Amino acid sequence: MEYLPDMEILKDSTIIKDLLAHVNAYDYGQYATDDVRAALGRDNCAAEDFAALLSPAAMPLIEEIALRAKKETRKHFGNSIYMFTPLYLANYCENGCVYCGFNRCQKIRRARLNAEEIEREMQAIASTGLEEILLLTGESPKLSSVQYIGEACAIARRYFKMVGLEVYPMNTPDYAYLRACGADYITVFQETYNSRAYETLHPEGRKRVFPYRLNAQERALRGGMRGVGFGALLGLDDFRKDAFATGLHAWSLQRRYPQAEISFSCPRLRPIVNGGKTDFPALQEAELLQVILAYRLFMPYANITISTRERAGFRDNVTGIAATKISAGVSTGIGGHQERQEDIGDGQFEIADSRSVDEVYSALKEHGLQPVMNDYVYV
Amino acid sequence: MSCNDSLTIGGREFSSRFILGSGKYRLDLIRAAIEYAGAQIITLAVRRANTNTEDNILDQIPEGITLLPNTSGARNAEEAVRIARLARALGCGDFVKIEVIRDSKYLFPDNAETIKATDILAKEGFIVMPYMYPDLNAARDLANAGAASIMPLGAPIGSNKGLRTKDFIQILIDEIDLPIIVDAGIGRPSQACEAMEMGVAAIMANTAIATARDIPAMASAFKKAIEAGRIAYLAGLGRVLDKGASASSPLTGFLSN
Repeated sequence: MEYLPDMEILKDSTIIKDLLAHVNAYDYGQYATDDVRAALGRDNCAAEDFAALLSPAAMPLIEEIALRAKKETRKHFGNSIYMFTPLYLANYCENGCVYCGFNRCQKIRRARLNAEEIEREMQAIASTGLEEILLLTGESPKLSSVQYIGEACAIARRYFKMVGLEVYPMNTPDYAYLRACGADYITVFQETYNSRAYETLHPEGRKRVFPYRLNAQERALRGGMRGVGFGALLGLDDFRKDAFATGLHAWSLQRRYPQAEISFSCPRLRPIVNGGKTDFPALQEAELLQVILAYRLFMPYANITISTRERAGFRDNVTGIAATKISAGVSTGIGGHQERQEDIGDGQFEIADSRSVDEVYSALKEHGLQPVMNDYVYV
Repeated sequence: MSCNDSLTIGGREFSSRFILGSGKYRLDLIRAAIEYAGAQIITLAVRRANTNTEDNILDQIPEGITLLPNTSGARNAEEAVRIARLARALGCGDFVKIEVIRDSKYLFPDNAETIKATDILAKEGFIVMPYMYPDLNAARDLANAGAASIMPLGAPIGSNKGLRTKDFIQILIDEIDLPIIVDAGIGRPSQACEAMEMGVAAIMANTAIATARDIPAMASAFKKAIEAGRIAYLAGLGRVLDKGASASSPLTGFLSN
């Protein structure tokens, strides 16, 4: 699908061209154990090493890879694990992603918090001790406008020291505006980097424009955001290729914008509200771990967030090895952080770890890790 | 060896030459690390101390220790200056370690912006200790801007690779009349000792201790290595022969009186 008239085109950017050329040429079947061992022997992983670490040949060496990943994580982050929680502001959506609980055709309760409700939710979240918040909306620029998101950022800045956004892609001036309102970083999930599959999975809405979404992080950095997050929804398409593309995407932007703080999210497809089932093969835990470890070795300085889509036991162990960021006290519905209040809009997906902030905090400590609520000063 | 071999920075005297970083620890282990390291100066990321939680790093630092707040997170001089002022407002004192970093991969310091921040903060009465890439011109500019010490990196932060910039640090020791403190990359006590033998005034380390299996033991090992290196430096290192023994018939033996 062509760019829509209001969508900014980065004419001077070569990210997409370079990235897709590499990804299309990636044949993970060609790697052998020796390639994986060579990757493990290097101080700094190159793209070729990353490719080997994501290949099936790496799976028998997963214990060795995990040991190395743990060493790298400790070197760069010590025992620190950052905690945050998402706040879903609205679930209106104009897109038709076939796998998503917020999809415009899904018969779910739709809602959008107003300023007063946002503030009350944030007060409730802040009272748990959290100092970082991630604000999310469904993808509807009409019903969750840039101004609306900006207002939420400004309120969040009063209660939190770090404000992240996971909202629809927008133009550079919009990102600059949200940065000025108090946002620190944005995360955009590309879902899949296979452009043909992408078009099938996103049959309608603005999201259908694959390159506009892919360049979102670059526009955000040009707009002054401190950090950018990347993620493919693993299991939508060939997860090895998508993970390879995600890493390379982040890597190539970090080379061009060396100040950028990079983070990875590693969602895999989960059941959605309304019992929706997908036809895609489920990713095994071991495969998800392989991806997380490969990200860690390829970009050892990047934050890796572990989703509540995963069970508590998996999350607690992965944080000791490679992940550095964990959410807690999560509700994916609209509202619902306040006591004695049911959420007013349905959630995007089912979560597998519903532990409170205190519970996650204690679990991290039991694993010898140091929960960190904030590592940033907004000046 | 002189009885009074203290380290003077910004008019303050310290008997310890081991500056300990406080990041990357489990908070309950910091106190032990400080004790076993015998450290009198502890660095502290202002951004990390900027929390309302019970687990505030500031509460783990014993009284009598000099806080050295750092400006990590700053990407230019302006941000570093604002973070330094915030540190002072938080009651962290007048010491400040300038870190200006706009490279998320290697965390390399930006010398030009660091010089600008040093100039502003020294004029405001801060005791400025800038983290820098060991470049002689930049070190001279920092000294002229009012720095109280110079803190060149030995290798990238957290890399534990040791003194990769050894020759350039030696030039700073020889040419700059301020304490030279190796700030990053020291991964082993032996590397700390080697730097001290060269004439470095102090060692700053964090990752090497924070990620050791036995944190108090590693803190203690560093303390001893730093002291040994200092004593060796003051004692004057003996002659080290390049290749084997001296020739029994010297090349210049033909010279008459």
